[in-house]
Amino acid sequence: MATETTTNTPSASWEYSAAPERFPISIEETHKLFIDGKFVSPKSRKWFATTNPATDEKLADIATAGAADVNTAVLAAKKALPKWSKLPGSERAKYLYRIARRIQERAREFAVLETLDGGKPIKESRDVDVPLVAQHFFYCAGWADKLEYAFPGREVQPIGVCGQIIPWNFPLMMAAWKLAPALACGNTCVLKPAETTSLTALRLAEVLQEVELPAGVVNIVTGAGDTGKHLAEHKSINKLAFTGSTGVGKMLMRNSAGTGKRLTLELGGKSANIIFADAAIDQAVEGIVSGIYFNQGHVCCAGSRLFVEEPILEEVIQKLTHRMKSLRVGDPMDKNTDVGAINSRAQLQTIEQYIKTGIAEGGQLHEANNQQLPSKGNWCNPCFFTDIQPSHTIAREEIFGPVLSVMTFRTPEEAITRANNTPYGLAAGVWTDKGSKVFEVAKRLEVGIVWCNSYNQFDAASPFGGFKESGFGREGGMQGLKPYVKLV
Amino acid sequence: MSRLTVPKTYKLYIGGKFPRTESGRSIPIQDCKGEIAAHICHASRKDFREAVEVAAKAAHGWSGITGYLRGQILYRMAEMLEGRREEFAAAICATADVTTAAARKEVDASIDRLVCFAGWTDKYQQVLGCQNPVASNFYNFTVPVSQGVTCVIAPDEPSLLGLVSLIAAPLCAGNTVVALGSQKHPIPTAIFGEVCQTSDVPAGVINLLTGKRSDLIEQVATHRQVASVNAAGLSKKDRVTIEVGAADSIKRVSFSSLKGDAWYDPQLCASPWAIEPFVEMKTIWHPSSSH
Amino acid sequence: MRRHVDTVMVEQRAASFTRRSIKTQSKTQGLRLALSMIDLTTLEGKDSDEKVRSLCRKAITPWEGEITPSLPSVAAVCVYPSLVRIAKRALEGSGVHVASVATGFPSGQFPLSVRIDDVTKAVEAGADEIDMVINRGAFLSGHYDEVAEEIKQVRIACGDAHLKIILETGELETLENVRAASDLAIEAAASAGPIADGEVFIKTSTGKVSPAATMPVTLVMLDAIQSYFDKTGVRIGMKPAGGIRTAKQSLHYLVMVKETLGDDWLTPNLFRFGASSLANDVLRQLVRQHTGRYTANFDFSEA
Repeated sequence: MATETTTNTPSASWEYSAAPERFPISIEETHKLFIDGKFVSPKSRKWFATTNPATDEKLADIATAGAADVNTAVLAAKKALPKWSKLPGSERAKYLYRIARRIQERAREFAVLETLDGGKPIKESRDVDVPLVAQHFFYCAGWADKLEYAFPGREVQPIGVCGQIIPWNFPLMMAAWKLAPALACGNTCVLKPAETTSLTALRLAEVLQEVELPAGVVNIVTGAGDTGKHLAEHKSINKLAFTGSTGVGKMLMRNSAGTGKRLTLELGGKSANIIFADAAIDQAVEGIVSGIYFNQGHVCCAGSRLFVEEPILEEVIQKLTHRMKSLRVGDPMDKNTDVGAINSRAQLQTIEQYIKTGIAEGGQLHEANNQQLPSKGNWCNPCFFTDIQPSHTIAREEIFGPVLSVMTFRTPEEAITRANNTPYGLAAGVWTDKGSKVFEVAKRLEVGIVWCNSYNQFDAASPFGGFKESGFGREGGMQGLKPYVKLV
Repeated sequence: MSRLTVPKTYKLYIGGKFPRTESGRSIPIQDCKGEIAAHICHASRKDFREAVEVAAKAAHGWSGITGYLRGQILYRMAEMLEGRREEFAAAICATADVTTAAARKEVDASIDRLVCFAGWTDKYQQVLGCQNPVASNFYNFTVPVSQGVTCVIAPDEPSLLGLVSLIAAPLCAGNTVVALGSQKHPIPTAIFGEVCQTSDVPAGVINLLTGKRSDLIEQVATHRQVASVNAAGLSKKDRVTIEVGAADSIKRVSFSSLKGDAWYDPQLCASPWAIEPFVEMKTIWHPSSSH
Repeated sequence: MRRHVDTVMVEQRAASFTRRSIKTQSKTQGLRLALSMIDLTTLEGKDSDEKVRSLCRKAITPWEGEITPSLPSVAAVCVYPSLVRIAKRALEGSGVHVASVATGFPSGQFPLSVRIDDVTKAVEAGADEIDMVINRGAFLSGHYDEVAEEIKQVRIACGDAHLKIILETGELETLENVRAASDLAIEAAASAGPIADGEVFIKTSTGKVSPAATMPVTLVMLDAIQSYFDKTGVRIGMKPAGGIRTAKQSLHYLVMVKETLGDDWLTPNLFRFGASSLANDVLRQLVRQHTGRYTANFDFSEA
């Protein structure tokens, strides 16, 4: 028998060489506020540093918008409102189409900047975030002159000046989710990016200048929580849209009581990913991985609670453990990186604290642990916990990191009850090959998005948003227009 | 010799039963001349809590039945109300300074409102929901689904039409309701339970309280089981109380500022956009090969 | 129990492997690896002794030019049974295996006795590896026991020769069928006796039916191999065949193997490409990397 090995066989170990994204990008040392169509220095005279979370290196100084700066921005938006809202929808559409096109043309630059500032893998900035940003503007553009078809029987008016506060996990995408529908519906905006990730929003301001968007229609004020507070509490905003933690969402809701401001909140989650024994298990395992490790787990709809039907628990754990070996954690600028840097030191500490709590409460930690993590920057190995009960802290609270709680169930009824037993209601995954079961479970889950035999899929045409304490209002799709119109 | 009449004891309507308030309190209600027209139940926080509890238990069943069946039940309510048209007109007149003709007009509008919502129960989903043409190999659609328990605070006037309009929208959407009736003119609310009870409305789906807003507003605002609030005719202070309290469990709050004739406009009161605040949009993805 | 497979999600995952960036050293190394995994194939009615000898020469020394370190030979030459002797002689001492299609290739529509005879003859003629086709008619009509029994008989007939079981996935059409056929083929082969690592392969296609090998089909087969390994610790080999023509495609497949089964499978003992034109494209890229210049078609011998 022929068993001799072939001659000159290369060694079996084949490693990927470093594949750094080398797109040359220039980042100005200081970034001013974008108000009334111009970049202006902050009246506050304060600046803060933004760093690359993968290297701890400072990237630039960003202006802190104080109360006076926010006021100027809101007044600029107010001044721009009458003209912008009276522009024919078809004309507003053209501005949005232009924005979409310019983003496509500058796609690589945006992707690189997003990764530098936020720590997410370049692969995701390039293949997920930036394409979705362009799609969102393109999609909403088309609605601008067709709004009456979205709201049968009613006339549609803009709400007015919108204050929009966005998080750091999908910085540019969240900006697009907020700005595109607001502008399509004839509103003007003051946007506040998260303090750790302001750069792409400010570069979007350059695009707005390039497409000659009228001054004041979009204003961008940078800063931390105080800036957000000034914006949220400003008397001249008619609408407040916030994406972020449930805690801050509740505070904003309380503070805006009695002001008549319209509100949309896209808040936290603790989403369940339910795997039945009759699922396509290999794809389900893939869904578990993309559900919790996508974007370092910094995803409000992350599938952070895994419920596996008892008979297949062992097999799922085995396959998941094996799959995690091929997750590439490290330099976000490497094109082959799957899991990048944790967005900030503070977030890393939060995640680490939860991991400690998980261990202290008796959970069994399983780490991917297959690579040398860089010595500088903020890193967390993707991991999951077994021996977890629904009452454990890590199975109840939103961690916003690559930490999964694995639990089991025996009947569909139990799976549904456990999945719904949370104040959150953002998303869920259901894996089964049986059509009647998939619809029964999808119907009974109290969540805004159900991914059947899939997870973490996004599209500008698909509404996103939650039930219960995950917030209200939708972003994307036809339903995403509603928060930005008055029906008369 | 003249016969002594038997006046009706006005009670609450909770879980398909007509209990007196557990507090044992009643409130005298005056007619427009300032004379006592009736005594009504002064519902307590405990009554409210009990009502929310039964409403929550009834929610799964009510949202689970077909829209067609919900429509038949709402229509049955309209039929029952029609049959008691004069009684309700009299109940309105008993405390409000309106003519019998005006009271009849209000009852008629209330009947028509129920009929209108009965028609929406199996249609609003088609107006508010849709299929989403996503740019990937997925079948994706958005459907409006119910929220759970809605608390209704009815306006003082129109006492019946206001109540009916505010409860019909969330009921249509598959929510169960706990409603606090008009404080000034509570008699129509106090007898509306009899319409519900004879209309195949499952126990707990509609719960009706009478009493003082100021006693219950804080509870309505903060009860974590309450998913949404539908209120009209509130003072600014009450609105703030509701909004502040609602923040704790991120309740959906809907205030109506309708006045006078506006309540009679079905465009304003009975369109899908009146139902929309009481649904959640659920979007479902499933892989679907393009080839 | 048939394993469920979701086509769209398999396609998403398969596409993710094509987005890996394989550059510089990893590219060179990967291409050399790919070259060493090729089963250079000629399966034409007009195949001549001369053509087979020429192919064998190329198999041993894929490129005549100077390159350091020297290029690996390919894994095997794959021919019809009647040409096995010619190939065996031409490859003697080279380490390059002779693989022979058998069992009434490519249709498999012959009586079992004829198919077994086909195998026995090829083995007697010196074939190191037998590429058999399964009875798709029996599989698609639900006669799984019949398919399994035939595979078992063929494996017994193979003796010491390695067995590659061609599922002809283009005719199975659905990924669920591909998975079921993979599981069935592996179990059937195992029913004939213990399997050493790499002694049994599953293979996508004959190359005579379109579509031949695709990444999603291969991924499903790799999943089947992984499941069998998880259960038994035995490593089944994989051979996508047909349709893999470019160096870039071969790297995508290697990425897929690395990230599913792992590095253990990155050897010609466990992974093969059934291809003819792939070799020259891999060579083109390797030579271009070596010399820094783009090459012309006539720089390489016919495969």
